[in-house]
Amino acid sequence: MADTRFSVSRLPGFSTIAVGVFIILYLPILMLVIYSFNGGNSIAVWEGFSLQWYPKAWNNEQVRDVTMRSLTIASAAALISTTVALMAALGTTRRKQTKGQTFVYLMINQPLMVPEIVTAVALLIVFAAIKVATGYQGLGYLILAHSAFCIPFAYLPIRARLEGMDLTLETAAGDLYATPWQTFRHVTLPIVMPGAIAGLMLAFVTSLDDVIITLFVKSAGQDTLPTYMLAQIRRSVSAEVNAISTLLLVLTVILLTGFFLLTRKRT
Amino acid sequence: MASLAEQRAERRTIRNGWLLSLPALIILIVAAAGPLLIIVIYSFLTPGSYGNVVWEFSWDAWVGVLYSRDIFDGTYKLADAHLSIFWRSVKLALLTTMFCFVVGFPTAWFIATRTPRARTALLFLITIPFWTNLLIRTFAINQIIRNEGVLNTALLYLGVIDEPLVIIYSDFAVFLGMTYVYLPLMVLPLFAAIDRFDMRLLEASYDLYATRWQVLRRIIVPIVKPGIIAGSILVFIPALGAYVTPRILGGGRNMMIGNFIELQFGQGRNWPLGAALSVTLLVIVGAALMLYVRASMRTTNNG
Repeated sequence: MADTRFSVSRLPGFSTIAVGVFIILYLPILMLVIYSFNGGNSIAVWEGFSLQWYPKAWNNEQVRDVTMRSLTIASAAALISTTVALMAALGTTRRKQTKGQTFVYLMINQPLMVPEIVTAVALLIVFAAIKVATGYQGLGYLILAHSAFCIPFAYLPIRARLEGMDLTLETAAGDLYATPWQTFRHVTLPIVMPGAIAGLMLAFVTSLDDVIITLFVKSAGQDTLPTYMLAQIRRSVSAEVNAISTLLLVLTVILLTGFFLLTRKRT
Repeated sequence: MASLAEQRAERRTIRNGWLLSLPALIILIVAAAGPLLIIVIYSFLTPGSYGNVVWEFSWDAWVGVLYSRDIFDGTYKLADAHLSIFWRSVKLALLTTMFCFVVGFPTAWFIATRTPRARTALLFLITIPFWTNLLIRTFAINQIIRNEGVLNTALLYLGVIDEPLVIIYSDFAVFLGMTYVYLPLMVLPLFAAIDRFDMRLLEASYDLYATRWQVLRRIIVPIVKPGIIAGSILVFIPALGAYVTPRILGGGRNMMIGNFIELQFGQGRNWPLGAALSVTLLVIVGAALMLYVRASMRTTNNG
């Protein structure tokens, strides 16, 4: 009775559904994590606690190989996409809106609107032709493709940061005879930095999670962790996949917590 | 003279803006937008015998989207297999969107009506699955519902059932998986809309003897409509083009458009048909986006 607003905003059954949703959202993930510590190979019958699947996964040469490839691609794609997204954000925010800017926004957000399978197929066609023409089969194609679809994820937090920035700071630096580069280096960049790091993290996670585009763009023997896992899930179910999933999950949560702390509004 | 200098300065900022955006635009045109134009061209070519294409113009791929040619008398008839795949995709995407709304709306409402501290924590809890690898989450569902999975093992142990429930590799399994995987995409925009909702409107409605149902229908839903539309679009588009979830939970026979497209580039060896199907999917998504833009413009005009 104390708080009337609380009772007004209460709708019958809503809280029950919400609590159910949170439980159902986490239950499957929790089961997946629990069974990565299973003594046996079953994903349903508990055969005692064991850590065996983690060293097993680590000693599997193929797993190490695909993990390294995933990390290489994700690091390169995150760095490239964040750099170009930072430049684009500097070029599109904090000025009068023009027609051209709508085009830039549309292009940057385009990877979010087109179904991934369509982009994947389109890249397969184009890159297949380039592979034949140049003979180059390396990781460059995957890094380029990943950089492209990571751009919107890197751009959003940077733009949010820039829009909240006090423009007079740059004017002041200019008045004090700072060159444009000095202004950028010592005024703008330190302010944008949290946004850029947040963008870097989101881009890294996005690249690390990708399945479909990687599946179509990769050359033979260029499996990444997700495409390797997809093949494993199809073939046979082993708790080794649970162990790998758990590690990926932990990495995602760590990066997200970092992102969360960086972008949190200071109160 | 001052205005001339101002004009020049303005032109310079515009030019610098373009130059700064250029690297991002180049990457996006080379590795995202440009290739989309090329699939349009490929949809009008002739399939090569070992995949890829022969550069000869042909309508066959576009005819093949809906019709199949009888091998014996060469007549065209509607391809039932293709139609059933389209129907399944649209049906599952719509069902997923509706069910995500039905459970997502109460969840978003629940989060928005908590204390600020609890709200931040709950939002974070919704965001984690959103950023967690889709493959891992689909795999987690697979482990729960498969015949020898956790659900069946538990139910058998408890004596509720005598034989395992066969859920996996069905349309229902795909629907279940997609709802699970895409739910955060519905909850987040709904939350953003409800968060701006003025709770005093509820007090006013109840003072005027509105029932809870009337308040929900006549006050809450119209006001948070932009969030409902945004959430529905965000769920519908990836659900329609889903590839991973139907592949892991639907098995080989319960294909959706995404898997059907992949098939044309793999065993099917019919790249033009795959390209035509991709363009079809793109057009459907474009239509959904147009509806979204129009609907959100109408709601902002009314509001």
